[in-house]
Amino acid sequence: MSHSSHILICRGTACVSAESREVQTEFGKQLKQRGLQEQVRVVHTGCFGFCARGPVMVILPQGTMYCEVRVEDVREIIEKHILGGQTVERLLFKDPVTQEVTEKIDDIDFFKKQVRIALKNCGHINPDDIREYIARDGYKALGTVLTKHSPEEVINIIKKSGLRGRGGGGFPTGLKWELTRKSPGKLKYVICNADEGDPGAFMDRSILEGDPHSVLEAMAIAGYAIGAGQGFIYVRAEYAIAVQRLTTAISQAREMGVLGKGLFETDFEFDIELRLGAGAFVCGEETALITSIEGNRGEPRPKPPFPAQAGLWGKPTLINNVETLANIPAIILNGAEWYAGFGTEKSKGTKVFAIAGKIGNTGLIEVPMGITLREVIYDIGGGIPEGRKFKAAQTGGPSGGCIPAGLLDTSIEYDTLLEAGSMMGSGGLIVMDDSDCMVDIAKFYLEFTCDESCGKCTPCRVGTKRMLEILERITEGKGTIDDIDLLKELGHGIKEASLCGLGQSAPNPVLSTLKYFEDEYIAHARDKVCPAGVCKKLSSIRIVPEECKKCGACAKVCPVDAIEGKPRELHEIDPDKCIKCGKCIEKCCFKAIKR
Amino acid sequence: MEHDEKLTKLDRILEQYAGKPGALIPVLHEAQKVYGYLPEEVQYHISRGLGVPLADVYGVVTFYSLFTMTPRAEHNIAVCMGTACYVKGAGQIVEEIGEELGLKIGEISEDRKFGLEATRCIGACGMAPVLTINEEVHGRLNADQMGELLEKYKHMH
Repeated sequence: MSHSSHILICRGTACVSAESREVQTEFGKQLKQRGLQEQVRVVHTGCFGFCARGPVMVILPQGTMYCEVRVEDVREIIEKHILGGQTVERLLFKDPVTQEVTEKIDDIDFFKKQVRIALKNCGHINPDDIREYIARDGYKALGTVLTKHSPEEVINIIKKSGLRGRGGGGFPTGLKWELTRKSPGKLKYVICNADEGDPGAFMDRSILEGDPHSVLEAMAIAGYAIGAGQGFIYVRAEYAIAVQRLTTAISQAREMGVLGKGLFETDFEFDIELRLGAGAFVCGEETALITSIEGNRGEPRPKPPFPAQAGLWGKPTLINNVETLANIPAIILNGAEWYAGFGTEKSKGTKVFAIAGKIGNTGLIEVPMGITLREVIYDIGGGIPEGRKFKAAQTGGPSGGCIPAGLLDTSIEYDTLLEAGSMMGSGGLIVMDDSDCMVDIAKFYLEFTCDESCGKCTPCRVGTKRMLEILERITEGKGTIDDIDLLKELGHGIKEASLCGLGQSAPNPVLSTLKYFEDEYIAHARDKVCPAGVCKKLSSIRIVPEECKKCGACAKVCPVDAIEGKPRELHEIDPDKCIKCGKCIEKCCFKAIKR
Repeated sequence: MEHDEKLTKLDRILEQYAGKPGALIPVLHEAQKVYGYLPEEVQYHISRGLGVPLADVYGVVTFYSLFTMTPRAEHNIAVCMGTACYVKGAGQIVEEIGEELGLKIGEISEDRKFGLEATRCIGACGMAPVLTINEEVHGRLNADQMGELLEKYKHMH
């Protein structure tokens, strides 16, 4: 049966929250009513990456992309596009800055600069149907490996490709495989780390939702390479859709005979079990993750021994992150040289970034290593909305740091980001504009790590708490200039002395903002002013008399009656009563109230 | 503990995981699905069923933020406090909901209708700021819409 049109509807988490499921149901219903279900096939796919405009859908063969599609739009799309052969102009992508309308998905700037390897199937296939994965060469890499290569050859291919861990550390993947293979012992394990906890990072979730089989296939390849027969995927329980897709994928793979015993008519057997996290950030750290799978409090332990030597239940264990694994089948199929052809000398291949915050096109992108931050933020991300000014990009989540405007031309590589005082991390990239206070942002991250510190080692448990207290003091106007030095001293101490990656990197958001935005800290601590007007105790709200139109709207909305003045009279804010909630600023149509 | 329907379910779960290494966390997940929370009696029962010391069960329950020892509200509002949501005004959303319902983060209303909590990044950053009510994700929010959104749930059972 061949269909003349395909409608691909994104069913990633963001689009589902914008009711893409309802849109899909409506398409199914209306197509059936018109007897078109034989000609038009509706497919739900994983994330296209264009989350800001969700729900998004693409109609094939034309490749037309429609954004923010509502249930009410379905009739028009069927009548005008499917039956009439015309595009529905008002639903096409419109550039937020240039207002230019683009019809085809491939012509949109957001997609043009991307190179999709880990995300190659996301948005193209139905993740709930293993046949669609197989149709795009799925499980071919596993077949090739099992029938044509020795484990050592597989490891060599991965080593040559230059692939490094995409979860944050950047450890060479092939070397990790080799070390685990060489560790003595019959019983070994493969673990996929899908405990994606960095706030603002959602690439692993999108891969699991959009292309779960690529991860299963890679795990089986890894199992063959290191000599393991059992794999575990440790995934966040909060990722409901991803868990559901993985469960389906594993059972379909078993049915198809690509997981289980005697794969591809060899003696090799491999199976995968799913383990759900329970809301502890520290479990993203590999030794803590292992402790958690074993059924304990997810506390890390000292390395060495590394998991490659003694991991899960004391056996040699290979832990790779989701995105790292998603690259494996493509590397096997296309060769190490092909993969190493992307990127730079020390950072090969591509990296997926989740771009969010104060940026035009929030979403998921995959770009070659070595691209500059400026290209990502302005060419792909569409720049900063509302005419605001770029202030900093935060990479690496609570373990990373902020990169200021002066370093926008830094190329994105593991080492260059470290030099800039940040890190690659898992690939969250959050853009901040001039209305964000860097001290407040640093405090936000410290609150996070302080709360998520497992408590096992003192530098992290007590140190992050002390740092947070200092930041609270500073943002409440009770800080002194000495507090800044104290922050630096504590920060370096915690980095040196903590047991695991969480503590060793926890001070980074503070230290990197201190490096580039020390003047903001000084303004808070010495001058008792928050330049961005975010820290409430350090900002005041005033009405600019020349711009006030005396309408009285502000007085009505003030929850504490701090604004005095009758309509047609100049209004004033009583600073003693004002709680700086900012309601009046939002309400004033004339922008006459300023922080 | 009374022999009720929930207990039968819990026993079935324990049977299913008996002897499996690392079973505690999956069992706690399932048990919380059955009971809605993990009171002491349930933990005791699990401890006996799996042969794991009660102190270890309690240790695990209190370590992970998804496990709770207090019953949930009928509608659990979880405002995402990930970075993307935070810079896009999740703080104001919490304030507005708090004002509307008279709740602070971590509190449950007296009639057990609403609970308010701050949650870790749920990865829907493209729609920031977002919150979930029960399992449903609501995105692209601003503080002004909160009244309307809550109104819908006030009349829902």
